[in-house]
Order: sequence, then structure tokens, then C-alpha cells
Amino acid sequence: MADYDLIVLGSGPGGYVAAIRAAQLGLKTAIVERENLGGICLNWGCIPTKALLRSAEILHYMQHAKDYGLAAENIRADLDAVVKRSRGVAKQLNQGVTHLMKKNKISVHMGTGVLTGPTSITVSSDKGSENLNAKHVIVATGARARDLPFAPADGKRIWTYRHAMVPGEMPTKLLVIGSGAIGVEFASFYKDMGAEVTIVEMLDRLVPVEDADVSAFLEKALKKQGMTILTGAGVQALSSGANGVSAEIKDRDGKIHKMDFSHAIVAIGIAPNSENLGLEGLGVAMTKGHINTDGLCRTNVPGLWAIGDITAPPWLAHKASHEGVIAAEAIAAELGNKDVHPHPMDAKNIPGCTYCHPQIASVGLTEEKAKAAGHKVRVGNFPFIGNGKAIALGEAEGFVKTVFDADSGELLGAHMVGAEVTEMIQGYTIGKTAELVEGDFIHSVFPHPTISESMHEAVLAAYGRAIHI
Amino acid sequence: MAIELKMPALSPTMEEGTLAKWLVKEGDSVTSGDLLAEIETDKATMEFEAVDEGVVSKILVAEGTEGVKVGSVIALIGSDASDVASGANAPAAAPTPAATPAPAPTPVPIATPAPAPIAPATSVASGARIKASPLAKRIAATRGVDLASLSGSGPNGRIIKADVEAAGSATAAVPLAPAATAAPIAASAAPVTAASAIPDFGIPHEDIKLSNMRKTIAKRLTQSMVEAPHIYLSVDVQLDALLKLRGELNTGLADRGVKLSVNDMLIKALALALEAVPQCNVSFGGDVLRQYHRSDISVAVSIPGGLITPIITDAASKSLSKISTEMAELAERAKAGKLQPHEYQGGTASISNMGMMGIKHFTAVINPPQAMILAVGAGEKRPYVVDDALAVATVMTVTGSFDHRAIDGADGAQLIKIFKQLVEKPMGLVA
Repeated sequence: MADYDLIVLGSGPGGYVAAIRAAQLGLKTAIVERENLGGICLNWGCIPTKALLRSAEILHYMQHAKDYGLAAENIRADLDAVVKRSRGVAKQLNQGVTHLMKKNKISVHMGTGVLTGPTSITVSSDKGSENLNAKHVIVATGARARDLPFAPADGKRIWTYRHAMVPGEMPTKLLVIGSGAIGVEFASFYKDMGAEVTIVEMLDRLVPVEDADVSAFLEKALKKQGMTILTGAGVQALSSGANGVSAEIKDRDGKIHKMDFSHAIVAIGIAPNSENLGLEGLGVAMTKGHINTDGLCRTNVPGLWAIGDITAPPWLAHKASHEGVIAAEAIAAELGNKDVHPHPMDAKNIPGCTYCHPQIASVGLTEEKAKAAGHKVRVGNFPFIGNGKAIALGEAEGFVKTVFDADSGELLGAHMVGAEVTEMIQGYTIGKTAELVEGDFIHSVFPHPTISESMHEAVLAAYGRAIHI
Repeated sequence: MAIELKMPALSPTMEEGTLAKWLVKEGDSVTSGDLLAEIETDKATMEFEAVDEGVVSKILVAEGTEGVKVGSVIALIGSDASDVASGANAPAAAPTPAATPAPAPTPVPIATPAPAPIAPATSVASGARIKASPLAKRIAATRGVDLASLSGSGPNGRIIKADVEAAGSATAAVPLAPAATAAPIAASAAPVTAASAIPDFGIPHEDIKLSNMRKTIAKRLTQSMVEAPHIYLSVDVQLDALLKLRGELNTGLADRGVKLSVNDMLIKALALALEAVPQCNVSFGGDVLRQYHRSDISVAVSIPGGLITPIITDAASKSLSKISTEMAELAERAKAGKLQPHEYQGGTASISNMGMMGIKHFTAVINPPQAMILAVGAGEKRPYVVDDALAVATVMTVTGSFDHRAIDGADGAQLIKIFKQLVEKPMGLVA
């Protein structure tokens, strides 16, 4: 007799959402968490960084008060207070998840869980250990920052995102290694807070998963803010001293530069938390430490499911949450619920958002990838300078780009950079999920005055009929 | 305004089905996602979900009716209860399927609003009644796929791009099954095979109605024997090494709850042999020979009332334990009648094993449009010459049936030879 219908291992945005959805469907559900309910996302990731970036943004506006006809004097940033606010936001949400678990009658087991079979888990904490078993188990243990092999983060001078979120001191001269979402967000934060920032990216452009036009725009914008951008460059050595770090950086021409910084942030990607969970002993199929799953999040071991960063990319919180819902519904269906109809997710419909300054948001294929996949494309591009609201806000830098399949009118991808774009991308995401074609977007009425009118114009532009350019 | 509820195509090859059971009655309100009826297709019984909402105003095809053509109207759904009354006066009920030839699923043209300026909405057949995404409609119109013939896999049964593309590829495959296209109406309206009536000699008997599965088996096997000249190549295969390896592997796999069967290992051996002799991994298509780049093995599974062939896709690149767990799961669902169409339709070659029934040797009928099937007999201890001396060995006899239009005898023999080598020196199966 199983203790539970479902045990979820890990309570990040994948795990806790899966648990709630399962509870809604009447499953007797437990969740196991070793550290904080809500996982990295809302304790150490997405949410607290947004709180930091908000402070930086307001500081930026205050410094530019004059542009808006206002005067502000003695503007100072109090790093400790900024960090304190960020931690307060994280704490509030952590308590929110605690409340949601209680409300949905989900049994919370704090401790480190190890699978002793496909559907049994031993949870150990300093209070002792307990054995749990269930009809199904979802693994949602997420991932962590990947270290540089030759210079592991020490939290003093060499930081991961986690150290960078609760800095003991303000960096004066910061090296950011890696220009994915995490790298450029911290680069933006510390730049706005007053640090001198250098970004080193191994590939030939910033934010390499984004469309090349977005990368080019971002590089220009960050350079204009005063950042040093080194693309096609690699950090070959990094050593931490009492007063800072020294780095050996090989530039795109192969020349080695020795440079000193006060701090370095390593943001070169993630490593899955798949070790010491008992997965190997169960014969769970994995690719480079990430668990292989089917469209409904099943692993190759019956009864064992996996969602989120522990599975295939994209490694994003909202992808994990959506997989949590799919897995919970598929499990309910297996346990006899006939009213749920889970649908596999299409990775091409998962949006991505980066909260650097300017913001980036995108969904679907880049122009390059669309062409490589054999599509004949129609591309539309609309700059914010043609949008009234953006000018009124003083945020006229940015653009929206659309990529359509020329034959079918399918929106293959959309790419945006500039103010508020992270709040707008969902419009295209809904359109892609509903499989709308160009005519549907064209016939939709976009409210005036909003920056979202640029989204309409970018569709019109792809068909040669944009109004404001 | 009543909505016509049409017989759905629950699989790409379905032409007609049995309306096994109504799950609603006249006057019932239905909303999208409600189960309306159970439809028996050629292979399985499937549930038919509502995509529209309203009140069932008239049931036009009684439950238990066989041979209901895909696309024919089976019930009317009104927008509210008042339609129940008017439903009684509904225009001529749908034709009784058995009596009249299949009505072509004529789309009812609906006046469409002025076409969109850029891409005129290509008149989507009876668009108001079919839930399909704009993109699915567009692609269907371009490729000439009739949306009414599809069932949707999107939310609330909506037809999405993937459904149209799947139908598109099924259509492309049609030329490989000439009989199916040559006379679809005749084939489905008349008894499935040209078997003449059974004379009555006064022997006490009863006549049992054929299930749709039985009809499909009869139709396809007849088609195979009539159209595909079969050649049969048999060989004896020594099993001792494979049995020993299986024992060792199973000791190691016991903790994972995996137990390899001999058949699991033979599936892999056949797939590897097909990769080595791609000339045998083909379909005969009249004007073309289709050469497959992947070995998907259909495995004959006996189920109550017939037989079904769930598929191990890409078996050559799967581990034995993966094949074993997949096979166990597929066989279990096959026996429960719960396989999805894509899990048993397709495959590039088949394997049929009657060893567990003690059959020493048999020949199997090719499963078209495939071009080969391997019939596996029982492994038994036999006197066997090993190193020029008479010894006792565990030996089985396997027989490949090949479509001689597509596969030459020498290529078939090469396939059987490599299969034998893989079984007798089985480390290749785990490498």
C-alpha cells in the first residue's frame, strides 16, 4: 500500500506547480525539499534578481530625471538596502508557497531525498530519516551553476549568480564570464549600480541563443552604456587574491590579455542536479546528466517522471511549471481520471525573457534557424522609434522582429529587444500556440498608445505594409 | 441551427467503423470534451469526444450499426433544447450505410466573408463545424487534405498542424497500398474479401459476425497473398549462446525489474540485420521502391479475437532493456485494446513468434506494405552437428517471408544469414 499517489522530489517552479496540480486532481501528494520551498527560482533566481534589477532601474531613472524635466539630487545607491529588499521579496514568495502547500493539503517533507526504487524515496535531514513510497514519483531537482573547471567560485572574489545576489561588497570593476541571460542581467545590474563591467563571451556574439539582430543591438546598447564587450574570447585562467581577481583572456585573434578585476561572476551555464539521487541504480536514461523524457514527461522507468531543468532544454522556470502540469495530469490519467487530457508541449512555443537593460524577449525560431530548417521566410522588423508610446516614455531604443513561413503564414519566431518586451512576448506565444497565421495577427486590434503596437507593425512589416515606417 | 455530427476518422486508414455504443441520448446536453459514443475501428474501440456544445437533437445512426462511412452524419446537435423538436423534422436522415454507397464527404460550402486582403482564406470546407487552427486549415487547403476526415489532437479536439501533417504523410504512403486505393468503395461496401457464400449442408452451426479487426485481418492478408509473390527462406539457428547471455543479462537486470525474453533479443537481431542488409528494409510501391532509413519492427501479438502488431520504432538503436520494457508495455496495452493508431500502424518489417506454442516451423504472411516478415519457431534441444560431432544443442528454425517483387532471393538469404550470425554470436546485440 503506497503512502501517496504522487511524491514530487524538489519544490522549485516545476515541482511545487506539479504538486498543486496533482492535488487539484484529487491525488494524495507529497513534496520533498532539501532547502527552500519554491526552489532556486523564487529564492535565489528569477524573482530576487528582478527585485535587484528593479532597484537598478529606478536608480537609472533618477539619474536621468533631467531628461524628464525633473530634478533629483544626492542620488545614492545603498547596496545593503537593495539586497535586503530583494531578500524580503524572496521571503514573501517562499511563505506564499508554504501557504499554497497547506491550502492544497500537500504533505511537505523537508530533507534530502534519495530514490531507493522507482517510486520510493528516503528523506534524510538533521532530524532523522523517513521512507516514503508512492504510485508515481516526479523528479524535479533542477540544476545549479556550472563552475569554471580551473577556478571554482569561492564566494569571495569569484561569484556564481548566488553570490552575486547577496554581495558583501560592491564590485568596482566586474568581470562577467558568459553572456547568457544570467550573465547579462548581472552585468546590467552592477553597471547601473555603478560598477565598471566587462563581459567575456566565448561565442561570436552576445546572448547567442537569441536572433543575431538582437545580439547586435544589445552589444551596441551595452557598449553605449560603457561596458566592455569581448566576444569570441575565452577566459583561460582566473585567480583570486586578497584585492581582486586576475584573468587571462584570449581574444578573438588568439592574443592573451592579462586583466585585473575586483570581482568575477561565472555564468557559463548550468549543471543538472542528477547526482546522488539514486537515478543510476534505477537505469534511468540520461543525456549528459539530464534525464530523457517523452512528451508527457515519462522517463524510461515506469512510475518515474521528470520535469524542468533536470530534463532537456530550454532550462526555464515556466517550462518547468508547464511540464509539472502536464506530468500531474498524465499521472492522474494513468490513475484513472478520464477528464484530463494532457498535451505534450512544443518547445518552439516556449518564450524566453532576459531582464538586462534593454530587455530581450523571444519565442520560436531565429531567422537563421528558420532558414536552416528549410523554411522560405518573410521577415518583418519594426523599430521603437516609430512607436509613439515608446517615444513618450523616453524608451525609443528597441525593435520587434517577426519571422513567418512564406508559404503557410505560420509565425515561426518573434524577437524583441527594448522596454517592456518581456511583458509583451506572451501575445505572440498565444498566437503561436493557437497556430494563428499572419492574417489573424493583422486583423487583431492593438490598443493605442502602447508599445505593443510595435508587435502589430512588425507583422505588417513582414508583409510589406507597416504603417509607421 | 443544428450541427451535423459526422463519423470521425479515428485513424489515418479508417474508412468505416461500427457505432458500437451511444453514450448520450437525444435531449442530452453536451459540451466540448464530453464522450459521445464508442466507435469500433478496424483495430480498436475508441471513444468519440464532442468538439461542439449543444443538445443532442437527433440520433441518426443506431448503436450497433456496422460499416458507417467516415464523414457520414450520425447525429444532429442543436444549439439549445428547442432544437430537439426541430431535430425530429430534420432533413432526410443519413443514409443507412450498408444499403447505399458511401456518400462522398461533400463539404457544405458556406458563404465565407470577404477574403482577407493578404492571404485569401481558401474556402475551408464547412469551416464552421470543424474545429481546426488557422494554420491547420491553411496547410490542409494547400495540400488538399479534407479536414472532415481528421480527428484533432489539440485542446478540445481541435485539429492542429501536426494532425494535418500526419494525414499528409499517410496520404503520401497510400500508393504503397494499391488495393486500398484502387476500389475503396467496393472494398468497404462489399464483404471484405471475395469469399463466396458458405453452402449450407445442414450441419448444425451458428454464424458469428466478423469483428472489424477480423475483417481487416482478412482483407490485408488476402491482399498480401494475392499481390505479393512470397518466397520463403528457412534456416536453423543455434540458441545456446543467446540463452546463456540472456541468463547473465537478466541476473544483472533483475534489480531494475527488467526481464529480457528471447523474443526481445530476436527483435533487436532482426533490426540489426535489416540495417546490415538495407535491401530488405523496403516497401514495394508499384513505380517506386521505398528504402527505409530506420528499422521499425512490428511484433505480432495475439489478442482476444485476433492479432495486432505494436511497433518497436528504431529497434536497431535501442538497448535490449529498452526494447523489453517497451514491448511489455505495448503488449499489455494491446491486450487491453488501448493502443493508439500510431503504435500499431507503420513498421518496416515484422516478426511473429510461435515458439511458446511449441511450433517447430511455420511461414508467415507478409504484412503489407512491408516486404518481409520473420516467422520464429520453438527453440528445442535437437541432435546437432557441432565441430563434426553429433551433440545436443538448442536450435530453432526461423523462416523469412519476402515480397519477391521487392527483394531478391540472394538479399533475403543474406539477411537471414546475418540474423543467424547475430543470434549465434549474440554479443553483437549488446554492443
